[in-house]
Amino acid sequence: MVNSTGPAVEAHDLRVVRGPRTVLRGLDLAVPRGQVTGLLGPSGCGKSTLMRAVVGTQAHVTGTLDVLGRPAGDASLRARVGYVTQAPSVYDDLTVRQNLDYFAAVLLPGRAHRDTRAETVGRALTDVDLTSHADALAGTLSGGQRSRVSLAVALLGTPELLVLDEPTVGLDPVLRRDLWDLFHHIADDRGATLLVSSHVMDEAERCHRLLLMRDGRILADDTPEALRRRSDAPTVEDAFLHLVDTAETQEDNRR
Amino acid sequence: MNTSRTLATTARVLRQLRHDPRTIALMLLVPVVMITLLRYVFDGSPGTFDSVGASLLGVFPLITMFLVTSIATLRERTSGTLERLLAMPLGKADLIAGYALAFGLLAAVQSALATGTALWVLGLDVTGSPWLLLLVALLDALLGTALGLFVSAFAASEFQAVQFMPAVIFPQLLLCGLFTPRDTMQPVFEALSAALPMSYAVDGMNQVLRHTDMTAAFLRDALVVAGCALVVLVLGAATLRRRTP
Repeated sequence: MVNSTGPAVEAHDLRVVRGPRTVLRGLDLAVPRGQVTGLLGPSGCGKSTLMRAVVGTQAHVTGTLDVLGRPAGDASLRARVGYVTQAPSVYDDLTVRQNLDYFAAVLLPGRAHRDTRAETVGRALTDVDLTSHADALAGTLSGGQRSRVSLAVALLGTPELLVLDEPTVGLDPVLRRDLWDLFHHIADDRGATLLVSSHVMDEAERCHRLLLMRDGRILADDTPEALRRRSDAPTVEDAFLHLVDTAETQEDNRR
Repeated sequence: MNTSRTLATTARVLRQLRHDPRTIALMLLVPVVMITLLRYVFDGSPGTFDSVGASLLGVFPLITMFLVTSIATLRERTSGTLERLLAMPLGKADLIAGYALAFGLLAAVQSALATGTALWVLGLDVTGSPWLLLLVALLDALLGTALGLFVSAFAASEFQAVQFMPAVIFPQLLLCGLFTPRDTMQPVFEALSAALPMSYAVDGMNQVLRHTDMTAAFLRDALVVAGCALVVLVLGAATLRRRTP
């Protein structure tokens, strides 16, 4: 394995321009291995763009961005990084199991991997608690179930880095808790690194580390306790709002 | 290219279709119904049925595969599954070959049904081998798949994708020599028709209709259609982007 000690994701002066707009304005960040890192910030602050850059599906990326010791988007990373987009990306006209079987065949092709494939599909189904719905068409499932199918696809083949774009949006509290337990389980027992975005601040408390983003910049990169302590705030949400207010006052003063 | 990934993609596309029996039924039966309709429209002039019928046997697979592929790849683009697949270790060639193989199989069944009905039920009078008819029909299906894949890159919705059908296919249909021999067209349009692949598809069918053996003209027609299909497939592959702008 290449460079398994450094951070899972490391960026210096990362910039992304989409059309006329600069979405990421020179980010520096490091995502430690084997932990759950939360990426938080209001809608439109550049979370999804940053995640696409990490996965290697974003064009016009400048600066340096290393993922698992290789430049982001390197072909060798495609089997090592799992990615879940905001909208569930699965085939509605296939059953849950047929979806997983196909994506598993793309990751682990050929007859030689048949047993490994069956095993990884079975485990992914159990992970997202959809074993009982394995033979239902994805299109007939509820929104929350479909997003869990999408998550299950990303869990196939034991990826070293999981990039999850708002995986808990629209889910009920019980499911959200179960999923966060699963994320911690994957980090603790399988040693994977998770980068999870959310705009729900109460989920922030469940992360090992937080990256707070606003308007294409990183406002803070710290643990939840340290953030609360630094702003003397009772919750991460208050700490975030405090940081936003401070940033706005600074911008006003500069004008 | 990886054969296992290509075959897995073919199997996946066929599985998706299996959950949609109505589409399969329409794809397989509509050409048979159309060719039957044609037979009785030209009830009084069997000679016309022979030439128009043979040409249409090449046009049906092109139109069906164009529609099916453009919608299927558009769905792949808009549902996010394309982005997901391209973030995985799947080659673009695997994806395209997988689609071409799945729809090619379907086109083979469709053409066999339509050609069989035309020859043995409706009495279409063909001098050459029915296998050559089937070969041209398959090449046409491949061309339709290629055009559909390419065009889906320029469609933002299913509405637009469907509108590309008249835009891309109708001019070729008018100019391909089905309605009037190409050498009687206004010279500019005659030249234009020589640049469009469907003209060669129809000419190939007519070669089989009139000659017992494989003629040089037939060989040229088949190669032109196959070559066009390959060029458009490569162009289509170029429209599959790993990176979002």
